[in-house]
Amino acid sequence: MGRIDRIAEPWGSRTPYGPGETWPTRVDSYLADGLTEDDVDRWVQSATILHSNGDALDIAVKDERIVGVRGREVDRVNHGRLGPKDLFGWQANHSPDRLTKPLIRRKGKLVETDWDTAMDAVAGRAKELLEEQGPSAISFYTTGQLFLEEYYTLGLIAHGGIGTNHVDGNTRLCTATAAAALKETFACDGQPGSYTDIDHADVIALYGHNMAETQTVLWTRVLDRLAGPNPPKVICVDPRETPVARAATVHLAPRPGTNVMLMNALIHEIIENGWIDREYVEAHTVGFAELEKQMKGYTPELAAEVCDVPAEQIREAARILGQAERLLSTVLQGFYQAHQASAAAVSVNNINVIRGMLGKPGCGILQMNGQPTAENTREAGADGDLPAFRNWENDEHIADLARVWNIDPMQIPHYSPPTHIMQQLRYMEEGSIRFLYVTATNPAVSLPELRRIREILAQDRLFLVVQDIFLSETAQLADVVLPAATWGEKTGTFTNVDRTVHISDKAVEPPGEAKADLDILIDFAHRMGLEDKDGAPLVKWSDAEGAFEGWKECSRGRPCDYTGMSYDKLRGGSGIQWPCNDEHPDGTERIYEDGRFWAHPDYCESYGRDMITGAPVEETEYKAMNPTGRAVLKAAEYIGPHELPSQQYPFQLMTGRTLYHFHTRTKTGRAPQLNAAAPEVWVEMAAGDAADRGFTEGDLLRITTPRGRVEARLRVSGIRPGALFLPFHYGYWDTEDGSQPKKKRDGRAANELTLTDWDPVSKQPIFKTAAAAVERISKAKGQVSAAPTTTGSAPVTGSVPPTTGGDAALAEELVTTGDRR
Amino acid sequence: MKLDMAIEELHRSENHLVTVLTSMSDKHKADHEVFYVTRDMAKWSREHVADLARIGRDFGLDLDPEASEDPGLLSAMKQRASVLTGRRSAPGLLLLADLRHLYREAAGTSVDWELLAQGAQGAKEQELLDIAERCHPESLRITRWANAHLKVTSPQVLAS
Ligand code: SF4
Repeated sequence: MGRIDRIAEPWGSRTPYGPGETWPTRVDSYLADGLTEDDVDRWVQSATILHSNGDALDIAVKDERIVGVRGREVDRVNHGRLGPKDLFGWQANHSPDRLTKPLIRRKGKLVETDWDTAMDAVAGRAKELLEEQGPSAISFYTTGQLFLEEYYTLGLIAHGGIGTNHVDGNTRLCTATAAAALKETFACDGQPGSYTDIDHADVIALYGHNMAETQTVLWTRVLDRLAGPNPPKVICVDPRETPVARAATVHLAPRPGTNVMLMNALIHEIIENGWIDREYVEAHTVGFAELEKQMKGYTPELAAEVCDVPAEQIREAARILGQAERLLSTVLQGFYQAHQASAAAVSVNNINVIRGMLGKPGCGILQMNGQPTAENTREAGADGDLPAFRNWENDEHIADLARVWNIDPMQIPHYSPPTHIMQQLRYMEEGSIRFLYVTATNPAVSLPELRRIREILAQDRLFLVVQDIFLSETAQLADVVLPAATWGEKTGTFTNVDRTVHISDKAVEPPGEAKADLDILIDFAHRMGLEDKDGAPLVKWSDAEGAFEGWKECSRGRPCDYTGMSYDKLRGGSGIQWPCNDEHPDGTERIYEDGRFWAHPDYCESYGRDMITGAPVEETEYKAMNPTGRAVLKAAEYIGPHELPSQQYPFQLMTGRTLYHFHTRTKTGRAPQLNAAAPEVWVEMAAGDAADRGFTEGDLLRITTPRGRVEARLRVSGIRPGALFLPFHYGYWDTEDGSQPKKKRDGRAANELTLTDWDPVSKQPIFKTAAAAVERISKAKGQVSAAPTTTGSAPVTGSVPPTTGGDAALAEELVTTGDRR
Repeated sequence: MKLDMAIEELHRSENHLVTVLTSMSDKHKADHEVFYVTRDMAKWSREHVADLARIGRDFGLDLDPEASEDPGLLSAMKQRASVLTGRRSAPGLLLLADLRHLYREAAGTSVDWELLAQGAQGAKEQELLDIAERCHPESLRITRWANAHLKVTSPQVLAS
């Protein structure tokens, strides 16, 4: 047993292993206040809520308070390990500024009130608008942090009860392209890969995926492979020199906005050299001839010019991909939040498909997501999809859903895809959406072009309900604020990136009058008087387990089949991967074995979209193209980004994340060790660009785009020339300004600068290509920026003290041989 | 042979499509997807105009390879006006009207391409056929986008 500073060493100690071997266990734990395991009253089963990896853990409770966490050794996902956010983030639950009472706006101010008053105001306004205008006036914007049961209930209320098409989640910023890319290639959502593919792969390719920071424990698994015998080769595509880039065999750092060009050149090379599995392509795919034709012109030389990456490097990467025997590909925001997001992510699928690398150990695709429960918004129909991957264009799917819900099919809007948030905002701006119910997310910091977002949310004609655990920047603009319980204070299930479902049990009571989101939603449904077609209440459950049972029925026979699971089965052991049913009672590790897909026209979730315009493909067209449900190879032409650098705005601005924070810092900013590791916003610039302007580490800079201004201290990092990077986590709740920058003052939130533009296929906003200018406000005078040194923001110049956590960040590590179970 | 007439006519209608797309883009600056996607699609039509001008020479035509467009200033003014009105009044109906218009223009153009392809096949004009086969799907995609966007937009405009 050892204690190490997990801020200084985010990935902990190495436990090397070889290909095909089982990843050794290492149990990580952290208990506060010098407590030991003997002091703990009880351990309550859960999983991590501050990223999408789904690391299983137990919550330590003493005197009815959470006092720490310990990784679950038996779990397939993490084999006992936890990341820094898991170890320290739970402390935010205890923050003194938790919301404990409902708030309502009176004479322009939010004041405390009781639940009845608050809920009557919410339901009252919704009913009024339904009467006056109909369901088109009402919209819902949720998150990737609630539980499956809550999303399913929310989807039922919105789609089935109120009948509005306006339902989306902040997963739009996060996982929308992952889902879209899978729907394009496999005509259905559903993760083709499994984390154990890391144990077997001989090549791991990470596309715009800084796994080291976004899924620290998954990266630990890669690091342990890299430290063991016969390590895999790693390919990294990222404009920044991230920890992944530093570990890579080949690191391609393309110009922002050119991912599709790069991907096309890689595919061009793979096809030209015949590194394809002809048999697989012929038996299990459609569209190869067109792909081959379209990729003809995309030579490495052309891509070298457009992407500013040496042609030889592109060839080298293509060779490694083309000669891999077990290829695991992973994708995240560098692709998803970029220009032509879906086309780029689909190209990654294309490589695995034409190489026949699917459904076998080590051969997988992980189209990642960032949030812990993002997968569930997709499954349960709370993010712009219908529940259980039903197809809005397929009348029989709608009829079947109506049967499950016991309502008239006409009640479920299916004349067009559910309205994504960017379009919802447009309707709010025009005034046709007049009621917005936000659960557990903070659009006033996380959406692009914040000045516009604030203007929209602050409109008098918009009734804004915010259900959250803190008075976030968004909550400060609300008409009614509902205090919610969070992780550890309520029971439910959630599903990680590789389809593993975990239960998270209630460990302690929520503070004050705060209530579980599920209870609030059910209360709302009852106050709205929502009924099924026989006049019975539409929402038929009153607790989480009841909702789970309801969901199981809804998922029956669909790809994400949960019917073989139960709360009992999820307790005690490891998480379980769906589909889990009579046929696969222990879940399913690998889908798409032997080229069997869920793409049949009658069964699939989506007929796909045009890769450039985003127009949905019609049913007849899809049937003609793919009558037997094979994988679809889709090619996309490269088109340039919409906002290019100019003389006035010479840089390309990317926003992104850092290891120590999650989303808008509402929790991680309140966990002392995490906050201290990255306390303030910074901006990254390449050494050459900084030298040209005479800037040095720590200079205070002003970054300007046509949308706004942000002030940040400079970190000279390994980012590519011409690009800037700003972390997007920092808002205003912990500044004097409260919810937004004071007039004339520079902002702190990166999204003051981003532009309103999105991928027409996935509708995911673009955060990686805004033209920006930089000027110096004042010199550093010995001060350095607050950027961590352990991550993608590692300094490349000057002497910057290393990021450490000291005594407060010492956590236990126990490398075991497995006998602890 | 009347292929020259068909080329000339198509050159005119693709040219017109560029104008329809770009002016629609300028008018709906506050509708971001419309703004950007119409611009991306206008690039296709611009290329079609150039292709037609090039092949037109073989048929004795002297066509302008550059699409005639709004001067930048005018387009910037339209954009500014559209942001102002687009965020206040109910521009939904205007958008529906423009989408219908685009749909009809693009559908007409796409039919013309089909005609040209048929003609080229009949006359065994391989190069012309290649161009038609390349361009026709793109004008179809514009039609489909207009249709799809009508479907998405109309319920909100008409039912609220
Ligand atoms: S930080 Fe990014 S990836 Fe993570 S949850 Fe938020 S949007 Fe998703």
